[in-house]
Amino acid sequence: MNTQELYQKTDAILARYGTEERSMIAVLQAVQEEYAYLPREVFPYLSERMGLSEAHIYGVATFYENFSLEPKGKYVIKVCDGTACHVRKSLPILDRLREELGLSADKITTDDLNFTVQTVACLGACGLAPAVTVNDKVYPAMTPDKASELLKTLKETL
Amino acid sequence: MAMANKQFMTVDGIPVEINGEKNLLELIRKVGVKMPTFCYHSELSIYGACRMCMVENQWGGLEAACSTPPKAGMEIRTNTERLRKYRKMILELLLANHCRDCTTCDNNGTCKLQDLAMRFDINDVRFPNTAEKPKIEDSSVSIVRDAHKCILCGDCVRMCNEVQNVGAIDFAHRGSKMTISTAFDIPLAESPCVGCGQCAQACPTGAIVVKNDIAKVWKALDDRGTKVTVQIAPAVRVALGRELGIAPGENAMGRIVAALRRMGFDEIYDTSTSADLTVLEESNELAKRLGEGKAELPLFSSCCPAWVRYCETRYPELMEHVSTCKSPMQMFAAVIRENNRTSSRKCVHVAVMPCTAKKFEAVRDEFKVEGKQDVDYVLTTQELVRMIKESGIMFRDIEPEAVDMPFGTMTGAGVIFGVTGGVTEAVLRRLASDKSNTALMSIAYTGVRGMEGVKEARVMVGEKEVRIGVVSGLKNASDLIERIKAGEHFDFVEVMACPGGCVSGGGQPFASNMEREKRGAGLYSADKLCSIKRSEENPLMMSLYNGILKGRVHELLHVHYHGAKQEDH
Repeated sequence: MNTQELYQKTDAILARYGTEERSMIAVLQAVQEEYAYLPREVFPYLSERMGLSEAHIYGVATFYENFSLEPKGKYVIKVCDGTACHVRKSLPILDRLREELGLSADKITTDDLNFTVQTVACLGACGLAPAVTVNDKVYPAMTPDKASELLKTLKETL
Repeated sequence: MAMANKQFMTVDGIPVEINGEKNLLELIRKVGVKMPTFCYHSELSIYGACRMCMVENQWGGLEAACSTPPKAGMEIRTNTERLRKYRKMILELLLANHCRDCTTCDNNGTCKLQDLAMRFDINDVRFPNTAEKPKIEDSSVSIVRDAHKCILCGDCVRMCNEVQNVGAIDFAHRGSKMTISTAFDIPLAESPCVGCGQCAQACPTGAIVVKNDIAKVWKALDDRGTKVTVQIAPAVRVALGRELGIAPGENAMGRIVAALRRMGFDEIYDTSTSADLTVLEESNELAKRLGEGKAELPLFSSCCPAWVRYCETRYPELMEHVSTCKSPMQMFAAVIRENNRTSSRKCVHVAVMPCTAKKFEAVRDEFKVEGKQDVDYVLTTQELVRMIKESGIMFRDIEPEAVDMPFGTMTGAGVIFGVTGGVTEAVLRRLASDKSNTALMSIAYTGVRGMEGVKEARVMVGEKEVRIGVVSGLKNASDLIERIKAGEHFDFVEVMACPGGCVSGGGQPFASNMEREKRGAGLYSADKLCSIKRSEENPLMMSLYNGILKGRVHELLHVHYHGAKQEDH
């Protein structure tokens, strides 16, 4: 981790949102936008700049499901498991992706940091169920086989 | 017309005047009812999480008394069938996933959960016990945590943040996975924790307790070949209180000495004696810095190890300002070590302290000589109480005894070290040019006494007016440091990490604010009973400076802290 760069980016974020406690969630979101996760090195820096304890910031970061403390893969694949997608068999798609990438509910990112597979409660794209997104691009009406195809294409671009 | 302005409300049918109370809890206390609470502490912010202090209003609504301000005309009941049912339910739910092995818990007998379960007649928990195995975190030398005894009241978190400004712990995760945790769940020993133990004081259950070193001390005592010496800190003597049937604040020093001798300690000393050394050294240092004019001022006191730790991690640039004097405990330990040089027996030195941070001070690298600690074991007052109980000694009936020679004389100045403002007052007694009794008494009224967290005084030392700050509670220390950084001038600042000083130390038996005040008052009356009030008049000082300390004052009584990095833990 290039901490110098991290601090610079964080400075810019803090200049935008302010250093008051109430800005913490916005700041954390902005950091996560940059890195796709919250790098550990950002905690002592934010603690110093915002005058809050590291333990407190850690508490907020672990409270919300959306914040990740683990680095994410180059491709973040989100399998929708909202009600509509679930009844149209989203789980077999999830199983196939996990199986092919050697991932599980606990281990969501491949060791080479190329793929992250996670579920989301609802993407709001119920008409396209079952839906999958890759770095926020939506793939509608998926099946396990289509998911395998998708993985193959993605791997080719690596 | 004054009558017309008075506002009243009703508690359990009794009219009560509203007189600026912040919440219903305070008001309810006025009618002589003690509400059950877990998460309410008057010195902490309101959290309103435990719901034990619910009251029922005239419309049947339920409100948490801790977070509801009193209003004129309000009618509340504190003890109705519904409330009892709810309180029992809350307790049962807390107990459902809580360790119920009270007999093996360190807080057996002092636990609020145990106490309330008894008060509310919980004789059966209808839910299966889902308690997990203990999750012990004992990386710190001061305190031990067991996450599975935690009821998530957050008292420790607010104590650590609001009163101590340390912020070592906070809530992490959520829902059923919520825990109290350091950042990234690192061991407490690697966190910003300063070991003050105030979290253990605030914890209503056995989730945070003082680290127990009793077994090691018994082992040393049982070994005939070992000479075991012990020193007892000032604040210990007034805090045994309730636990052993002694009134809060009553000075039990003579009985403690007698009890320790029965337990087998070979030599027993009073840390007040070495506090006199600290007074002499610290006064010299202050006089020197004042004389030089431009040298590092203010001078901060260095007796409190939690403060030293806080300063070196939080304000490393201020370490130059912290007195180089060792704490009285470490001074005494160095003197005793030298005195034992000729002993043919193995020597073990124990210190009985009101403090959990002293356990950390004892293991610091700076206080090791050839790899050996000067103080081998630190026992807190809580541990002492347990040892006395274990030994079966009838503490109330034991005949008081005196400490041992050759280090058996102490002064009133040393005794008051255990309460906020005491170190300052002792130093001022030393520095005052007027040695009359009137001058001595007037020092007490300069503003250094009292349990307030921040006190300021201006005192004439020789020709110079000296500005003094006395703070207790690390948040107060932080605030004062910010003022100094902003340009305010102070010459001397006394810092004690625990609110009210060592009498409220993290290793003391639990006590209410009123009992803590009585402990402070107990030390001041002990001072009154001392025939010698000033450290420099202690006859022992002369013989120490001409004997053991000759040519070695710097080596034995002063220290240079290495800074935040400690090797051994």
